[in-house]
Amino acid sequence: MTSVSAISERVRPGEPAAFRGAPPGKRAIVVGASSGIGAALVERLVGEGWQVAAVARRAELLAQLARRCAELPRASGGGIVVRAHDVVDAHEVPGVFEALARELGGVDLVIYGAAIMPKIARDEYDTTKDLEQLAVNLAGCIAWGNAAARLFQTQRHGMLVGISSIAGERGRKGNPVYNATKAGMNTYLEALRNRLSECGVHVCTVKPGFVATDMTAGMGKLLWLISADEAARQILVAARARANERFVPRRWWLVATVIKSIPRFLFKKLNV
Amino acid sequence: MAGVGTRRWFDAAPRGVETSYEFVEGWGMAAGAPARVLRPRSVEELARVFEAARRSGRKLALRGAGCSYGDASVTSDGDVLELGALARIRAWDPASGVADCEAGVTVEQLWKRSLPDGWWPRVVSGTMFPTLAGAAAMNIHGKNNYAVGTIGDAIREFDLVTPRGELLTCDRARHGEVFHAAIGGFGMLGVFTRLVVETKKVHSGELEVTGISVPGLAEALGEIEARRTSADYLVAWLDGFARGADLGRGLIHAARYLEPGEDRQPEQTLSVRHQELPPSILGVPKSEAWRALRLLNHDAGMAALNALKHRLGVLEARRGPYRQAHAAFAFLLDYVPNWKWAYGRRGGRGLIQYQAFVPHARAHEVFREILRASQAAGHVPYLCVLKRHRPDPFWLTHACDGWSLALDFKVTPATRASLWRHARELTELVLAAQGRFYFAKDLVLGPDDARRMFPAERLAEFQALKRRLDPDGLLATDLSRRVFGDFA
Repeated sequence: MTSVSAISERVRPGEPAAFRGAPPGKRAIVVGASSGIGAALVERLVGEGWQVAAVARRAELLAQLARRCAELPRASGGGIVVRAHDVVDAHEVPGVFEALARELGGVDLVIYGAAIMPKIARDEYDTTKDLEQLAVNLAGCIAWGNAAARLFQTQRHGMLVGISSIAGERGRKGNPVYNATKAGMNTYLEALRNRLSECGVHVCTVKPGFVATDMTAGMGKLLWLISADEAARQILVAARARANERFVPRRWWLVATVIKSIPRFLFKKLNV
Repeated sequence: MAGVGTRRWFDAAPRGVETSYEFVEGWGMAAGAPARVLRPRSVEELARVFEAARRSGRKLALRGAGCSYGDASVTSDGDVLELGALARIRAWDPASGVADCEAGVTVEQLWKRSLPDGWWPRVVSGTMFPTLAGAAAMNIHGKNNYAVGTIGDAIREFDLVTPRGELLTCDRARHGEVFHAAIGGFGMLGVFTRLVVETKKVHSGELEVTGISVPGLAEALGEIEARRTSADYLVAWLDGFARGADLGRGLIHAARYLEPGEDRQPEQTLSVRHQELPPSILGVPKSEAWRALRLLNHDAGMAALNALKHRLGVLEARRGPYRQAHAAFAFLLDYVPNWKWAYGRRGGRGLIQYQAFVPHARAHEVFREILRASQAAGHVPYLCVLKRHRPDPFWLTHACDGWSLALDFKVTPATRASLWRHARELTELVLAAQGRFYFAKDLVLGPDDARRMFPAERLAEFQALKRRLDPDGLLATDLSRRVFGDFA
């Protein structure tokens, strides 16, 4: 009751009620933040003075990330809160999103980077494994994307960045469902972008090539491999430029264009 | 930094109820706050929301389609309960024109169902998007208020679920006091879950509209007063920028229903298709038209636009009566989607609509002073609308035997404080003339104004009823706290 009377006391006749919308600022939620590109993005953002909520399944890795961020130069004014959450629990998302948004005092940027890519043999059709990829890579993206879209659309500002992959361009023999989840993500994000652009909200789809993370560990020598930190740097450049879709590094655009132009009758013969 | 998850705001939402965290603002965008929004899809889910609120003590602000201009469905302390998902027309009787609707049915759904059978809602707002529950809670009126009253006068019966979880079926006889208090009770007594509304028989999908150009305020009032008994709808647009001898110049639209036989093809004009608003305006697609208005959204642009509209009004008045579809006449605010964005889309920008209701005898003098004072203060209204009203039996009604002048004022972070001071001066004028205000529009009244607007015994009765139906004071909005303080 105290807050109620506080409000009626504060507002005097002729004095405007405060506008309680948080002005745009530097407040971000990064989902899939415990390792790889997600962790690198958190460190960069905190270093640049952002207030960041880092969300991931593995609490101990989040704690390490928080310690690393604490060592960053104080001058930036950045800060981090961490929250253990498994994106597979989609029904939790509205509550977690709300808690973090209140903790940060508003949200300007949401980055969805949670993904898994299990090893799949050429003759393997393991539905459990496949549906797990679907839950993490795509269903989680939808749950967080929807929560972000609701807030961004109603506050008429904000940016959603989805970390997809070059792997979403075509269906290949290696991991059909990983390809499918990334293609699904691309389409979902494009649709959100089209919906939200009307009210000044931007959606950026990022398509990295090979990045040195746990996901690519043990895959041998990879084309144009970059570090997670370099990927994070380029992703933030793309987001600031309000790119709709951006390959990381950009030269993967060439590969994607070639791959997309291969006719299906030929593509099925290839081992790419 | 501290962990997350231990604070009160992390109370779990009621299970199974769709929940999101959003920025919830009034239609005019000048007031808003982030909040958890609960969207029950059934009366059972609604009951669970109330149950959870009674346990946690979290307050609830009711929201329909969010069409109130100010903070009537905004809350900075508690959750928002949105009822748009309950949107079925349960029954429609084409013989009697009575519709039995769930709370979230919109004015649009209602007319689209009733019109092909030859019925038009007795009372509609200037936009077709409000829900019937929201319309009832605000006791909305239309351009025929002086003739048929408010929407409350067209409601036969409703179901109200109170925060205690009771379901009351109310009409003028059963729970008559709840009936007359909940309509216009701005969502303080309970949730409408079902409303039975009456419509009016029409013999055509079109009205006969006459434009009457008036050179000043006195003429506007006089022309409307002279047509009160003959016209079915009367509304005047005034040029807020016109000064001196031109003060209050504008254009009246008088409309009447067609008699049987006047429309040769009623089946065709009564179709929903015939009612559709034009898809483009001067070649600009409707969805982008607000951008054109954005370019004009400053005093010079709006002065020019108002002057142009007056010129066009003079021409329209010369042309004589013409026919116009019901929807095109009624829903002027829907011509340009999102036109409010012309006022700016960034935080703290938007508009307020200041609508003053003044008894007949004092209206001319008070409205003249309002227009003059606004020009002198540098807060010139970009849109002014004048309407005639009549009293109704609802406890907290805004309507009186008199007139209303509605003024759209631009709000920016820089002008906000001075605009509110200006509005305060206008409010003093209006209250001194025994005037009233309308909760669907208001964003400027202060804590003492309710006492000056309503008779003391009326307010006491309403507050007693509030304590009976909502003993924990769960239903509260920024509006209720601003104007009424703490009810419970």
